[in-house]
Amino acid sequence: MELLKYSAVELAAAIKEGKATAVEAMEATLSRIEEKDGEINAYVTIDRDAALAAAKEAQQKIDAGVLTGPLAGVPVAIKDNLCTEGMLTTCASKILENFVPTFSAEAVINLEKAGAVVIGKTNMDEFAMGSTTETSAYGETKNPWNLKHVPGGSSGGSAAAVASNECFFALGSDTGGSIRQPASFCGVVGLKPTYGTVSRYGLIAYGSSLDQIGPLTKNVTDCATVLEVLATHDTKDSTSVKREDTDFSSALVEDVSGMKIGIPRDYFGEGLDAEVKEAVLAAAKALEEKGAVVEEFDLSLVEYAIPTYYTIAAAEASSNLERFDGVKYGYRTSEFDGLHNMYKKTRSEGFGAEVKRRIMLGAFVLSSGYYDAYYLKALKVKAMIKKAFDDAFAKYDIILGPVAPTTAPKLGESLSDPLKMYLGDIYTISVNLAGLPGISVPCGKDSKGLPIGLQLIADSFQEKKLIQTAYTYERLRGAFGMED
Amino acid sequence: MAKQYETVIGLEVHVELATKTKIFCGCSTAFGGAPNTHTCPVCTGMPGTLPVLNKQVVNYALAVGLATNCEITQYCKFDRKNYFYPDNPQNYQISQLYLPICRNGHVEIETSEGKKSVGIHEIHMEEDAGKLIHDEWEDCSLVDYNRSGVPLIEIVSEPDMRSAEEVIAYLEKLRMTIQYLGASDCKLNEGSMRADVNLSVREVGAEQFGTRTEMKNLNSFRAITHAIENERERQIDLLESGQQVIQETRRWDDNKEYSYAMRSKEDAQDYRYFPDPDLVPVYISDEWLSEIKNSQPEFREEKMVRYKKEFDIPEYDIGIITDSKHMADLFEETVAICHEPKKVSNWLMGETLRLLKEKSMDAEEIRFSPENLAKLIVLVDSKAINSSVAKEVFEVMFEEDINPEQYVEEKGLKTVNDEGALRKTIEEVIAANPQSVEDYRNGKEKAIGFLVGQTMKAMKGKADPGMVNQILKELL
Repeated sequence: MELLKYSAVELAAAIKEGKATAVEAMEATLSRIEEKDGEINAYVTIDRDAALAAAKEAQQKIDAGVLTGPLAGVPVAIKDNLCTEGMLTTCASKILENFVPTFSAEAVINLEKAGAVVIGKTNMDEFAMGSTTETSAYGETKNPWNLKHVPGGSSGGSAAAVASNECFFALGSDTGGSIRQPASFCGVVGLKPTYGTVSRYGLIAYGSSLDQIGPLTKNVTDCATVLEVLATHDTKDSTSVKREDTDFSSALVEDVSGMKIGIPRDYFGEGLDAEVKEAVLAAAKALEEKGAVVEEFDLSLVEYAIPTYYTIAAAEASSNLERFDGVKYGYRTSEFDGLHNMYKKTRSEGFGAEVKRRIMLGAFVLSSGYYDAYYLKALKVKAMIKKAFDDAFAKYDIILGPVAPTTAPKLGESLSDPLKMYLGDIYTISVNLAGLPGISVPCGKDSKGLPIGLQLIADSFQEKKLIQTAYTYERLRGAFGMED
Repeated sequence: MAKQYETVIGLEVHVELATKTKIFCGCSTAFGGAPNTHTCPVCTGMPGTLPVLNKQVVNYALAVGLATNCEITQYCKFDRKNYFYPDNPQNYQISQLYLPICRNGHVEIETSEGKKSVGIHEIHMEEDAGKLIHDEWEDCSLVDYNRSGVPLIEIVSEPDMRSAEEVIAYLEKLRMTIQYLGASDCKLNEGSMRADVNLSVREVGAEQFGTRTEMKNLNSFRAITHAIENERERQIDLLESGQQVIQETRRWDDNKEYSYAMRSKEDAQDYRYFPDPDLVPVYISDEWLSEIKNSQPEFREEKMVRYKKEFDIPEYDIGIITDSKHMADLFEETVAICHEPKKVSNWLMGETLRLLKEKSMDAEEIRFSPENLAKLIVLVDSKAINSSVAKEVFEVMFEEDINPEQYVEEKGLKTVNDEGALRKTIEEVIAANPQSVEDYRNGKEKAIGFLVGQTMKAMKGKADPGMVNQILKELL
């Protein structure tokens, strides 16, 4: 258990110093999974033999001095919408129940090159559509802090695995808050990078113009370290940006003096849980006392973010998910009468209710006669939201607010009212619409003992400001973790 | 008096571009190949893959757009056209709807009616689909994605054409222009150029267009001509019998010379076009555009004018030679070596055309090199071989592009210029044919032809007929 308490960076250092080995770390992780995952269900696929073999290989390279990086030998969990060569990749959907990719996602390759060792694939909302990990075709994941509650979503498996020490860090994807919100619910750190920072090649797309891969980690140091490995320019992704400033760990500096932090009043109005509000404002206060300049302002347009997001994301999803048709790979219905019927039955049986809801919504907003009124209008509002952030970042280095209006809801409470569930994304989705980086850092617990997340948002390509502020706050806050 | 009808035709022409690799991945575009061998995760639509635009596709589209007098959309985008069909691995085709790369162009055509301008509504870039193969025996269908992702441009004309002749002239003009650009080989029979015909009829003098149909599966100029004539008649018959033309897509059956309805407008799909979020907009800078402008080749019209000025060859020959970029290049390169435009032209117009016709080949398929043709001309000029031997050699050259000098040497085809030996043979011929000698001496000029022939036969063709003639006359 002692080994499992290490952060990713601490573990790599221990391995480097010969105090532990990659194989020991993997063995400890696998026994932890055996012990805990029966009740948590963070993983959908684990290949023990492959994981141990990969750990052994990593250790040999470490011993040979080939692998020296800060993640060498560290076990990592991968969200199941990231392709892993030779390993089942299902997006937590029945329609991909048997899909084994022939290549790995660029983000996964980058981690493997750095010496991280893949444990397996984590549970998620089906095709990343959902905020609770309850829409998975392979059963819900439970919040390690309280098994009666959801871990958040859609990267709920990744967040739960990090929180329960079933891995040392994990990859997630964030289209409308899918890294930050489960990180908040599970009391871990989650970062959604600036759009274009991490290659999307090998990420099975939900909303292509909003999707970004990012880390879920035990602390801010791990977060910066992992992001540094993930952020590479990839010519296989046309939206990948060539960045020079990817030495994110250089921003792990405990200093916020003079940092201008804006608190949008719009994020603290109706619907925000009082305990969440209190914890987030206390975090702002702590940063102010440490030298940051904190003031309130009006961001505006916040109420338009949700309809805009659900129009754009659903439109893109309706097209992105067309390829799952039973022709080439994945699930195909057993009996059918002709091509059209095969498509219809395969997709009716293969997709879950939430996915179908969003496909229908997306097909509707793109259909002839409605395109201008919905999709095109949503693109215009998206541009206006970006402008509102541009104006804010002319004044502030950081925008500070909650990640979600509440802490983790109980299992089964959300899916019965999808609209209410969509409203829970209110603080996270504008960040995706504007392509900005955002981070979630634990900032307290509510009276039920469930974690509360603090969200920090920066201007495009200003991840270093996020990391510096988050790191400073983390030091002020002190240790935050689950009692075992 | 019977009503007079006018045919109104617009064309949608798909052209496969001659890039080495596909539009959004690095796979080969080569025609044929075992099924699914020119494929990768991108062009088979595997989950997680992303398209990356091949810049050469844009270069070709720009070149065609400029050559057809189009306005260039310097900020253009790709859109997704969503429809389910197994030949389309993503179930959407990446194409352009909202901001196509070229718009508002035109080309000049010439028919028996005179010159005319045909408007081009737009040119857009898109990806081709794979091919379905229906296995009748196994009652199943198979799909080959080799063609999936091969780059296409679609050239959409205005409804400016009024006859099959104009349509063919327009297609010939496009084909010629695109071949000159090297942007495609434009073969209708291999599908690298495909034309869909939109046709309606209206009474002469009417201002409104009639209801149109779209005709597909036209694989030759002949099929296009027949389909146009057939569809015009079909629509007129409908109108004359008080019925209406239905807006629909029809498929031409070339064997039956008949078309049938594929789908009507009522069941037309809603393609739900929207900008592809996986691709960034293409910004064509002024520099990029002028780079393409500056590298445009000399087109046929300019070439014809220049040939007329530079070379003393008939206008008819110029027309034939410039009809194919490959033939024109061959002509120019050969002339540059041997400086004999008239003789080069004669070889191309005579033996080359004859052999192309005999072997049902296109001028584009000519294999012999300008160097070898020039060598052959020099061999004839220097009287090293006579013209009938030259034709024999040319035929081999046409097949295998052999070096004529070497070939003549190896096969011992050189003309015998040894006058002594020739004189000796002629003396023998004279001695063996007293009747012909008699006839000639009695004023029968023709008789000498027989004696020349006998001499050539005895020399196995390797004599200079002029020299034979001269010696014969002298001896007689």
